[in-house]
Amino acid sequence: MPNRLELSGITKQFPGVLANDHVSFAVKPGEIHALLGENGAGKSTLVKMIYGIMQPDGGEIRWNGEPVVVPNPKAARRLGIGMVFQHFSLFEALTVLENIALGMDAKIPSRELEARIREVMQTYGLLLDPHRTVATLSVGERQRIEIVRALLLNPKLLIMDEPTSVLTPQEVDQLFTVLRQLASEGCSILYISHKLHEIKALCDTATILRGGKLVDTCDPKAETSRSMAEKMIGTGLKDIIKPEGRRFGEPKLVVNGLTTRKTGDFDVPVADVSFTVRSGEILGIAGVAGNGQNALLDALSGELKGEEREAISIDGRAIGLMDTTERRRHGLCAVPEERNGHAAVGDFSLSDNSVLTARDRLGMVVLGLINSGAAKTYTGKVIADFAVKALGPAATAGSLSGGNLQKYIMGREILQKPTVLVVSQPTWGVDAGAAAAIHQALVDLATAGSAIVVISQDLDELRALSDTLAVINMGRLSASRPIGDFSVEEIGLLMGGVHGEEAA
Amino acid sequence: MTLELAIAIIVTVVGASTPILIAALGELVVEKSGVLNLGVEGMMLVGAITGFVVVFTTGNHYLAILLAAGAGVATSMIFGFLTLSLSANQTATGLALTIFGTGFSALAGQGYSARPVTLLGPLFPSELATHPIWRVLFGYSALVYFSFAMVLAVWWFLKKTRAGLILRAVGENDHSAHSIGYSVVAVRYGAVAFGGAMAGIAGACFPLLLTPQWAERMTAGRGWIAVALVVFASWKPFRLLAGAYLFGLVMTMELYAKAGGGPLSAIPAELWAAMPYLATVVVLVLISIRRDASSNAPACLGRPFLPSN
Ligand SMILES: Nc1ncnc2c1ncn2[C@@H]1O[C@H](COP(=O)(O)OP(=O)(O)OP(=O)(O)O)[C@@H](O)[C@H]1O
Ligand SMILES: [Mg+2]
Repeated sequence: MPNRLELSGITKQFPGVLANDHVSFAVKPGEIHALLGENGAGKSTLVKMIYGIMQPDGGEIRWNGEPVVVPNPKAARRLGIGMVFQHFSLFEALTVLENIALGMDAKIPSRELEARIREVMQTYGLLLDPHRTVATLSVGERQRIEIVRALLLNPKLLIMDEPTSVLTPQEVDQLFTVLRQLASEGCSILYISHKLHEIKALCDTATILRGGKLVDTCDPKAETSRSMAEKMIGTGLKDIIKPEGRRFGEPKLVVNGLTTRKTGDFDVPVADVSFTVRSGEILGIAGVAGNGQNALLDALSGELKGEEREAISIDGRAIGLMDTTERRRHGLCAVPEERNGHAAVGDFSLSDNSVLTARDRLGMVVLGLINSGAAKTYTGKVIADFAVKALGPAATAGSLSGGNLQKYIMGREILQKPTVLVVSQPTWGVDAGAAAAIHQALVDLATAGSAIVVISQDLDELRALSDTLAVINMGRLSASRPIGDFSVEEIGLLMGGVHGEEAA
Repeated sequence: MTLELAIAIIVTVVGASTPILIAALGELVVEKSGVLNLGVEGMMLVGAITGFVVVFTTGNHYLAILLAAGAGVATSMIFGFLTLSLSANQTATGLALTIFGTGFSALAGQGYSARPVTLLGPLFPSELATHPIWRVLFGYSALVYFSFAMVLAVWWFLKKTRAGLILRAVGENDHSAHSIGYSVVAVRYGAVAFGGAMAGIAGACFPLLLTPQWAERMTAGRGWIAVALVVFASWKPFRLLAGAYLFGLVMTMELYAKAGGGPLSAIPAELWAAMPYLATVVVLVLISIRRDASSNAPACLGRPFLPSN
């Protein structure tokens, strides 16, 4: 049987970056093939060429043994190639149903399409209301739309570019069941992820890219996560160093009875949330996506207008009524979950993006004029310290690979040395080496005396980072306790809504 | 107020509203695809002079409407080429298009001023419109019924058809549409051409429906009202219908006030002249205050699309 997909000598040049350099490998029918590499290694670029969004500058693609040219995604779908994108390709103002219809080439009456969607959702346990507007859905739910859209086409090759970065552990398990089922039916899967234990659990073969070149091919089942990570980055991996016996200082961030209003039919609001984070402490907030994390982050950052002055205070000063800028001035920085458009402006240079959040704390604006030198220097420092792969401070945020944008945003906030830092999914889409670096930077920031809140669904991350942990469920936050007091099972139960007090 | 007068007012309002409605429907579709074409006024003037010249030389009103639509499309393609193929700034190009349309129509219309033509007659046989009440329903020319039909058609197209869905998707998120595999530029060309055709027909309404002659700048800023109306109506065809008639009503009241029509003339004429524009501003402000999630504006409006490859 010929290979389902065979690439030989695929090359792609961007201005200033050789994103793919003579990449050759093959995917067999029914094989689950991992594509690994650091942020900016060229994974997304490679699969975009397979799907016809971009054209290679050189090399050949063979499909079932035949050389093919894939001029556009329609042609790819006609061949039987489906794709789930790293950055969602959804239309916020349209409904789930309309979004899916847009991804289908055949004209299907919407009644019939809806029936088929419901069928796929049932079969694979991906539940969604087809009539909801995408703008009202959480990131995890949005991801499900993309997956359903791809599955509806009965693909012969399914490309998944970091599909699990935003899924809950349960959702990931479900997805893997789906993927294994697809593979057993003969569908090949090209799977990109930075979560190496997932690769070990799921994939048959792994191809590793570094700097656009293919550096290794291995059997993930025969490797450890660490050995694969080291193959990716080409050197040894560092462990997080957490100074032993750290003491916590004064309370820095005190939240007392914080309640948000329901904003439309979006999002779950938070109700009566209280917690304290002390100087030097990292508080982890675990929870399944869509349980009020967005509302909590927005209420803390000031994006959601506060109603009670005393609900949030920093260093004893009540800031509940202040807007984002004032809160930043008082030392509270927040990084929302949505990077593109929310945490960074894609069309702006990195320098300008730095000005947007760091102007007051770092004096980048003098008498109303931007001090572009300072912004450039600061951005250069972020790029250097966080190993952001970018052409320099003048590169636009939109030209960065997913993980590099994430590194830049995290670096931009951490280097401002905020009194209180609130981050959501700090290592979403970041490679193993960079994730370790971000974790280390957060720990160092705490050690230097800041208070940090990390909202995440990744329990491994939370257990490695946090000193104390609380669980959010349906907009309510459990009491925070030292991380050592929790067993994995207990966190799981809390995330599912069984609260300590009630269970006891 | 007598029945006769009431009916006369209604008929005038319909006449004044029709060109605005047609032009605005075209612009609505253009904007839904993510393009802001501020050249409506210019395209209308090109349509007006084309319609006039064709009626003047052939006497055929329907041919005039058809060719006016064609002239509108041709003018809009200048805009399309500059903004879609060359990614020029849409605002500046639209303004330039209006200046071009004004100048071109004035040039082409030289020697035609004060030469009368005949208006387009009612669509239905006059027996149907003998009684004044029936006149309100059946007394209009085809252009009026066309404008109503287009409200329905545009609504149906945007809401119910796949092509309409694709058009909205392109206006909502051009990069996503591109990555799924739709040709953003082609869709936008189509929308711009439709907008051009509608503006051309709207322009032809002036010599064919309102004043049976050619006068320089005879569209008198209605194209701008059409552009404002699209926003006022939150990009919804039926609201557009309501809005166009509101403006038509205010403009008609202005006419009656000028003619010394009873209590209306208590308000100074200057104020009346400013009224439709004032209303635009007031309504826009009101709408922007009520900034709910369903503001409905296409997210990519006015942004040039540059595919990353
Ligand atoms: N449209 C573009 N224009 C210029 N450079 C680009 C463009 N897209 C990607 N690049 C560059 O090409 C390189 C590869 O990017 P790519 O998105 O393929 O990385 P990746 O392996 O998917 O990384 P990640 O894991 O962070 O998603 C990066 O250096 C990136 O900055
Ligand atoms: Mg990528």
